[in-house]
Formats: sequence, structure tokens, C-alpha cells
Amino acid sequence: MSDSEKKKPNRRDFIVTATAAAGAVGVGAVVWPLVDQMNPDASVKALASTEVDISAVEPGQSITVLWRGKPVFIKRRTKEEIDSARAVDLSELKHPEKDEDRAKNPEWLVMLGVCTHLGCVPLTDKGDYGAWFCPCHGSHYDTSGRIRKGPAPTNMEVPKYEFVNSNTIKIG
Amino acid sequence: MSDHEYTPKSKVGKWFNDRLPLLTLANHLTDYPTPKNLNYWWTFGGILTFCLITQIVTGIVLGMHYVAHADLAFQSVEHIMRDVNYGWLIRYVHANGASMFFLAVYIHIFRSLYYGSYKSPREVIWIIGMLIYFLMMATAFMGYVLPWGQMSFWGATVITNLFSAIPLVGESITNWLWGGYSVDNPTLTRFFSLHYLFPFLILGLVVLHIWALHVPGNNNPIGIDIKKPSKDTVPFHPYIVIKDAFALLIFLLIFAFFVFFSPNILGHADNYIEANPLVTPAHIVPEWYLLPFYAILRSVPDKLLGVIAMFAAIFVLVILPWLDTSKVRSTVFRPIYKQFYWFLVADVLILGYVGAMPAEGLYLLIARVATAYYFAHFLIILPFLGLKEKTTPLPLSITEPILGGSPDMAMARNNSNYKEKL
Repeated sequence: MSDSEKKKPNRRDFIVTATAAAGAVGVGAVVWPLVDQMNPDASVKALASTEVDISAVEPGQSITVLWRGKPVFIKRRTKEEIDSARAVDLSELKHPEKDEDRAKNPEWLVMLGVCTHLGCVPLTDKGDYGAWFCPCHGSHYDTSGRIRKGPAPTNMEVPKYEFVNSNTIKIG
Repeated sequence: MSDHEYTPKSKVGKWFNDRLPLLTLANHLTDYPTPKNLNYWWTFGGILTFCLITQIVTGIVLGMHYVAHADLAFQSVEHIMRDVNYGWLIRYVHANGASMFFLAVYIHIFRSLYYGSYKSPREVIWIIGMLIYFLMMATAFMGYVLPWGQMSFWGATVITNLFSAIPLVGESITNWLWGGYSVDNPTLTRFFSLHYLFPFLILGLVVLHIWALHVPGNNNPIGIDIKKPSKDTVPFHPYIVIKDAFALLIFLLIFAFFVFFSPNILGHADNYIEANPLVTPAHIVPEWYLLPFYAILRSVPDKLLGVIAMFAAIFVLVILPWLDTSKVRSTVFRPIYKQFYWFLVADVLILGYVGAMPAEGLYLLIARVATAYYFAHFLIILPFLGLKEKTTPLPLSITEPILGGSPDMAMARNNSNYKEKL
């Protein structure tokens, strides 16, 4: 080793390095398709949006629809639930988010019904905050779907959605 | 590899052996010198080999009838149970075989912990063994997903979500594992593919495990080095072969009891309900053999740290040969370590128990204490104890306790008697 350090790189060193570099690129090019084939494919991505009829949902009621294989909670909140969600001081929250930012239309809360801990589906109208409770590892969420107690790190995710008209929500 | 030169007797045998020395290998395995004081805890290597072969054979057969598709998997398993000739038997052997495999591997691991089989010069055997154990857990987990019941689905969801705890790239990794945005058909098909592959990786590692074992030879209940071959050893065949075969028969009695009399007792009733992505079962519980790690995961209130603690619980075992500073292998001569050994056994059993219970109140507290003790055992107690402990004197050879004056042959067979005598 000490000998070669003293020597200036010669043409053979160059060709060894160049071969190794080209080989590494070649291996990478072969491995990448083998890795990337496991990512969500075109047919999975094609199911990106879904429209939901919400005309039959009464205040206080909640429906669950499937979007991209995951449950989405659509909750029509009562006045008390909205008030209790908006009255919370942000400093009390583990993941501070205003209810105003989570529910653009305060009556309708739309979010992924997936616990941010390890992906279970929380139970509705359960737990210490009278909203959602995850039975798997005991995470409690409030009426805005924000994490209040338990191991989950963040609030339940609000997906991209819009009101197509007053009776239809388009998720995704 | 061989301890002495071997020449086949027949001309054909010699001709073949000169070209591929398989007969030399067979001779090495037959004559392999084994310490003559090996007890029945040493029979689990053979039992585990049997378990692996059983899982591979039954698995290949099940693969002929199973359909890896989210819409068909659950029905195809019922089809195996009801329509396929002896399908119920083959599936019950496969499902209970996984539990039996883990039962045997836990005994095998704790035997190694008791007699210090992981210590120099056997560290590589131990590390390969831990790799096998890790692959076994991955294989069993993916196999449990295949029937596509509620526990399959939600177990898969919880375990794959562990990777979402990784900062920044966590979500991309989980989506990559799933092949979508949740556990679904792409997840099932890749789990089937890998569940088929991994046992053969395990088989390859088992060959390396045994190869690495045959370099220094077996450890033994008193844990001292032996000269081989010598008066301290017996050839593997017929002595160990017969002993292993007898132990295997006893093991098969237990195995058969589960298969024929309570084939579902180790499973979970929820897995006879087809997977439903909208409803999570009230209690998600992994299979019993993963419960201690599940308890460690849940005992930490932070998501990322919980995942780290769970993987650390396995990794700490890998580096065990360097955490245990004691030069004395066998616990027989380590009076203080012997107590800590049984504390660890109790600790792991407690972790297993609370892992099956809801993570709240007293259970959570117990899980936290047991988790802390688990790590304290490996990271604090073992390194310090090895330096401080006063061990009892080691015999010079396996036969010394017998030839050293005691007329009672039984003394040599019963390890605990050594201490009184020495």
C-alpha cells in the first residue's frame, strides 16, 4: 500500500478506476428496476380520487369511505363538537394545528381514518375526548382528529378534498 | 474440514471421492467427535433441522393449492381446509409447525445462554444463529399474512407501519413495502413470494451455522475446551444420532398433540374473519413467539423510540459475545450469573405475557420495568458481572470429576453436583 501511495497513478490505475465506476453505474441501472417495481404501480395510482354523496349524513353522524385502500372519516359535527374543537388552546397540543385549518367548512371534518401510530382504524365516538380512540395502542383524538393522548405522533391526516357541490365531496 | 485422511474402501467410491469429496464429508459428519457429556438440551439443533424441513415440505405442498390474491386468498385457505385431500392436516402441521419451530429455537437460544455457547471461539456460530432467528421472524410474520384474515391484515398493517417511524423517508418506504397506499393485493403477492424464498435462505444459513460449529466443535455442559478426538468425545454416529432421534420423538408427541387435539389454540379466532380494511379488531395481538418484542415496542411512549427499542432488543443479542466479559462459559461455575440467568428467563416470559395484554394501567407499568430490565441485563449486568464474579474452579477435563476420586458415575452426569464436589 505504501508503495502505491508514493507512485503517481499510472494508466493501469486509471483503467481500473474507470472500469469500477462504469461497473457501479451498470449495477445501479440493473438494480433500480428491481427495486422500483415494488413501488405503487400505475393501476394503484389511477385510483387517486373518489366522489362521495354526503346528502344523507345527519349532524353528529359519521360515515367511512374507502379511498386508496384506506378508510376516510367524513364527520358532520354538531355545534358542541365544533365549539370544543375550536376552544382548545394550541399550546396543549402535541401536534399544534388550528381546527379552522383542518376543517375549512366547520361542519364537515374529512380526514384519513388511520391512526398515525401504526395504522389501525380508530373507533368513532370513543376515548377521553369523546371523539376517536385507537384500540391498538391507546391513542386518543379530539373532535378535530388531533392527537391528545397516547403514542401517535401526529394528528390524523386531512387529505386533499373539495366540495363539488353542497351534497358531494371529492377526495383526492 | 476432516480431522483425518479418509479413503473410501470401494474402487468406485474412491474414483468418485477423488472428483467430488462427498464421501469425505459424509465420513466427517459420521465420525465428528462430540463431547460425551452433552445433555438433552443439545438435541434441539437436530429438532430445529427437522422443523425447517417440515415447514419447507408442507409449505411447498400448500403452495400448490393456495392463491395469492386479496380476493381469493381467504377462500383458498378454506378450500385447502375443506376440499383438498388431507389439506387440513398439511395446513395444521404448517401452522403449528411454525410455533413448534419457535418453541425449539427459544430453548436452543436459552441453552446457548446458559452454557455460554456464544463465547469465543463460537461467536460466528452465534451471529449466524441470530440471523437465522431474524429471518425466521420475518418468514413467520409474512406467512401469517397469507390467509388474509383480520389478524393477517391488521398485523401486517401494524408491522409495516413500524417503518413509517423512520424520519423523512418513512412514508416512501412504507408505500414501497406495500406497493400502494395501504396493505393490499400487491402487499400480499410480494409477501407470498418472499415467504417462499426466505426458508431457503434460512437453509443456506443453517449449513453455514453447522459448518461454523464443526470448526471448534460443540460446547458442552461444563463449557471447558476438550481435545478431540479423545477420551472426552464420542463419534456423532451412532451416539448423538440415537440421542437426537429419541428427543425428536418426544418433541413430535407434543407437536402431534397440538396438530390433532388443539390445532387452533395458538392462533387467533379473528383470523377466521376475512380481512376488512374498514374495521380494526379490538385487540391486535401478534403470534405468541413475537410477544416479548411487541411488549417492548408498546412500552415506549414515543413511536420512533419504540421501534428503535424493539430492533435494539434483537441487536443486543447479536453483540452478546462481546457484552459478556466472563471467560468462564458454563453457568454451572458462575453462581451469581446463574441467578441473573433465571431472572432473564422470567423477564422474557413476563414481557411475553404483558405483550398479549392491553397496553394500559398496570400492564404498561410492568412492561416498562421488564423492558428496562431486559436491556440492563445485557448492557449493565453482563459486562460488570464478568469482571467481578468469583467463579468456582473448573475441572481439567470432562472425565476428571469421575476419575478424580468419586466412585459415583452419576456425579458426572448431573451438572449441579459439580459445584458441591469442587
